[in-house]
Amino acid sequence: MEVFLSSLRELEESGAAAIAAAAAPEELERVRVEYLGRKARLTQLLRGVRELPEEQRPEAGAEANRVKNRLLELLDQRASQLAAAPAAAAPGTDLTLPGRGRWRGARHPCTLVADEICDIFKELGFVRARGPEAETTWYNFTALNTPLDHPAADEQDTFYLAEDIVLRTHTSPVQTRVMEKWKPPVRIVVPGVVYRRDPFDASHAPAFEQIEGLAVDEGISFVEFKASISYFVRRFFGEDTATRFRPSFFPFTEPSAEVDVSCLLCHGEGCSACKGTGWIEIMGAGMVDPAVFDNVGYDSERYTGFAFGMGVGRIAMLRYRIPDIRLLYESDVRFLEQFERA
Amino acid sequence: MNVSYRWLKELAPSIEDSAAELAERLTYIAVPVDDIVWLGEGLSDLVVGKVLSVSKHPKADRLVVCQVDVGRQEPVQVVTGAPVVVEGAFYPYVGAGQALPGGQTVKSVKLRGEPSEGMLCSERELGIGRDAAGIMQLHGEFKPGDSLLEALELDDYRLDIDVTPNRPDLLGHWGVARELAPGGAADLQLPAFPEHARVEYSVAKAETEGTTAGVTVRIEDREGCPRYMGAVIRGLSVGPSPEWLANRLRAIGQQPINNVVDATNYVLHELNQPLHAFDLATLGGPAVVIRRAHKGERLRTLDGKDRALDREMLVIADAEVPTAMAGLMGGEATEVTESTQDLFLECAYFDPKRVRHASKGLALDTDASFRFQRGMDPEGLPCAMQRVIELILTVAGGTVDGDAIDVHPSPLERRFVGLRPRRVNHLLGVELEPGTIEDCLRPIGFELREGGEGVLDVAVPTWRPDIEREIDLIEEVARRYGYDRFPDEMKTFRPTIVREDDYVDAFRRLREVMIGFGFLEAKTTPFAPEGEGEVRLLNPLSEREDHLRSDLLTGLIHRVEHNLARGQRDVRLFELGTAFGSAAGPLPAESIRMAAVWTGRRAPSHWTGEGGEWDVWDLKWVLTAVAAQATPGAEVQPVDHASYSGNLEEPLAVVTPDGRTLGWAGRVPAAAIEAPRWAGAVWGLEIEVAPGRPETVAYRPLPVHPAVERDLALVVEGRIPTAEVGGVIREVAPATLESVSVFDVFEGGSLPEGSRSIAWRLRFRAPDRTLTDDEVDKAVNRITSALQEKLNVAVRGA
Ligand SMILES: [Zn+2]
Repeated sequence: MEVFLSSLRELEESGAAAIAAAAAPEELERVRVEYLGRKARLTQLLRGVRELPEEQRPEAGAEANRVKNRLLELLDQRASQLAAAPAAAAPGTDLTLPGRGRWRGARHPCTLVADEICDIFKELGFVRARGPEAETTWYNFTALNTPLDHPAADEQDTFYLAEDIVLRTHTSPVQTRVMEKWKPPVRIVVPGVVYRRDPFDASHAPAFEQIEGLAVDEGISFVEFKASISYFVRRFFGEDTATRFRPSFFPFTEPSAEVDVSCLLCHGEGCSACKGTGWIEIMGAGMVDPAVFDNVGYDSERYTGFAFGMGVGRIAMLRYRIPDIRLLYESDVRFLEQFERA
Repeated sequence: MNVSYRWLKELAPSIEDSAAELAERLTYIAVPVDDIVWLGEGLSDLVVGKVLSVSKHPKADRLVVCQVDVGRQEPVQVVTGAPVVVEGAFYPYVGAGQALPGGQTVKSVKLRGEPSEGMLCSERELGIGRDAAGIMQLHGEFKPGDSLLEALELDDYRLDIDVTPNRPDLLGHWGVARELAPGGAADLQLPAFPEHARVEYSVAKAETEGTTAGVTVRIEDREGCPRYMGAVIRGLSVGPSPEWLANRLRAIGQQPINNVVDATNYVLHELNQPLHAFDLATLGGPAVVIRRAHKGERLRTLDGKDRALDREMLVIADAEVPTAMAGLMGGEATEVTESTQDLFLECAYFDPKRVRHASKGLALDTDASFRFQRGMDPEGLPCAMQRVIELILTVAGGTVDGDAIDVHPSPLERRFVGLRPRRVNHLLGVELEPGTIEDCLRPIGFELREGGEGVLDVAVPTWRPDIEREIDLIEEVARRYGYDRFPDEMKTFRPTIVREDDYVDAFRRLREVMIGFGFLEAKTTPFAPEGEGEVRLLNPLSEREDHLRSDLLTGLIHRVEHNLARGQRDVRLFELGTAFGSAAGPLPAESIRMAAVWTGRRAPSHWTGEGGEWDVWDLKWVLTAVAAQATPGAEVQPVDHASYSGNLEEPLAVVTPDGRTLGWAGRVPAAAIEAPRWAGAVWGLEIEVAPGRPETVAYRPLPVHPAVERDLALVVEGRIPTAEVGGVIREVAPATLESVSVFDVFEGGSLPEGSRSIAWRLRFRAPDRTLTDDEVDKAVNRITSALQEKLNVAVRGA
């Protein structure tokens, strides 16, 4: 009986689907013959009622009839629909006319880039972390070995909310917050908004996205630092992209490095994008300064590590050849729509 | 900072690299070079011209007619409007048919009837200075017709170096040459000036007070000024610098002023020691006192500004009043002028923090303050003093009066830092030999000696205030060795124990939902005017937007305005971001939100017909989908108006099972958006994002028995909410009620006034059997009588 009922239901569903899919009266007739004709499966099933035990026959018969009636009703409906509407894809239809569209959404180019960067670092064991955008000067400067009375603090023009509260100028305070909470091994990437008191122009925004990274464990060396960053560069920019490390200064890393990649446009020949140098600056990085470890209570003799930070908007601009950073924050739909397929 | 390639090579003759090679090398081992400029660019056509005679133009008062020897057989005639042309003097000359640096070709012309062959040029026209008023007189002896490039030593490159804050030693040519010379410091030499005036003088030492040539020099703030040298030069004559000195300064982009100022400026850029010269006649006492400013004291500085001083600022004073801001700028009253005959020369070390305080307080940044803030070399003073005295005597004459004075209350102790070669290799991940480490450090002035137990005692040169710890030395080794020489070897790593941020998953889901609905992700800056934010910025970029946003929706509505103003009628934006609110603690409250705003058509237009404009039912569906991701069990319901303070029309709320409201949605009122008349309704939502993942989905078995459906047309009186009717249905129905849905709502017609007909479809199904009509009828009857009883709802047509 169960078998009978379930084949009946299966037949009902496939019949209904076939009827709905029939695109022309001739096709509909074929469906009718297949399901309700003399040799059709339903007819066979109806005959099978007789083989069921006596007490089950009424129920089985009733259900079989219901299915038959429903299919007949659907056939009628579809037939009148086909009579009323022009044949959708009948021969002679102009299929060069455009299809019926739906709006397509899009991630912001900064999200696309940030997600891809985080995904690549995930391959190297980094997980995402987050922290507040308003910070104490301790977290933003002091804990990162940047005394407020040192010229290094002037390198970033800072928004103040109170004498000792700022809008973070980098995502680096999250380094300290994570290390205060967890013991090594630490491997984090921190995408987030940071603030600099720069008016909007073609290459500056007062609030923009940055990604920070931090790896801390025993025995992490400058060699591993270079290898990890080069791995990221090759995965993100392409296997044939060269990476260059050169000295720089950040109070919270030492040795510090600026990381350049071979120009994506001219491949090192020199062009206007790379100001003729063949290189494009993409991130600041370096080995974590022991003072930063001391500030969070890590043993700086035992643990070493590296950190890096890069501007997501800047990298999005490189990748998508966006000439003006303001486009990222204007929310013009004609701009944002361009990333539908990205 | 600008550096002249020629100058570097003079200091370090062992340098053989080209300017471009030096720039690359500096970039790889120390600091980046932003730009390399060939100073001779466009100047190859120019020659030195000697003006033989000057006569008035017969027809124009403002013009003169000059005969100029430009090295040809015959002099050429040049008509010029320059205010001063000196007979017998030398000027840059460009001939007719030849080009100026800007590319402009000079033509032979007639000026008010007088022919003019070529022109005499100003500094501005040559692109080597700012002076455009007059033609540029060359000081010195030249041969007419000589290449101007040679005469002005412009066959040179200017390197624009981006010196990082930790490297004050690279703010002068000497330090850069030390970094670049193959043998380092050992290769350096101070070349003689043309017609160099050698001078010998003794230096008297004092702890806090002494005199030089009758001038009392006293340090009252030992911390602010650990060392101060002074000397008196008498009988000099202030005037223009010789061409070689002016050229040097022009080569690094400095404007020559007069021989004394140029001499101090030269030594500043050569030896990286700021210097200051006072007109001795203007110093009361005469005395030079290095002290804190007194309360209420003022000083008119060289830039003509009258400045109010505070007691934390360090000044140079005479017997009575401040005469200069220490380490920043001189005073106007004691400035060296054309009539100055006697000088008091200052060569000092000022405390970085003290100079920084005054620089910040007075909003004054100078070449000197930039350097003092980063830390100068206190041991470099005697050498710089000697150099500047010799230079002044060379270019301005005069003699040193008596002994120079060296007031030195707080001599610095030589700093030693321990360096473990083992640690170097541990941190850098390579095996460097001790000899290699030494080769990295010794050329730039570090002295290494064995300290025992695997430690090297490294004496830090006094010009490197940034080197205080072992790690600072390790960086020196790494960069001098060359970052590019370290291999790129991936090592194994241990997975972290840090747990991923709880919001990562929520963000991903919300983006998926919104993108599925066809929304575009926007990012906006969170600055807002008063009224749209609670948290104030102390130093906003604009007074108009001096707060941080307290919601995302308001800002997004402005972005819709931006799009409408550009003729875009279909706008769908969403943003994930932070809203700020005031809080009890020191930090503002941050709430992670998602907002969306949209207007226009539901779908792109199509030739078969329009899909209509977004309406409130789309809004409700979008909000429901968002709420489902925001927090488990959240429900969308009409807003309780008593508790809603927002301005959205037809507002809906997202309420959690425990009664907390997470967000709102509704129609943006016309008053809240500047929209053109053709724009459609604008819809908005904003919701707090809850961290974490929703509960794991648990599979429910697919039904095996058929369902029975019943349609009910219910006549509902008045404004009884549909949700209430649905609630009663669910409440009294048996467990076999699988779903309830509304498929039609109808008003008017034959219905009683104020009533609505709501058509429901009820689907029943049992998991274990096929339901009979009888069972279902009973359930429906129970439902209809409960509706009649509780809500006075009747079945239509019954
Ligand atoms: Zn390029």
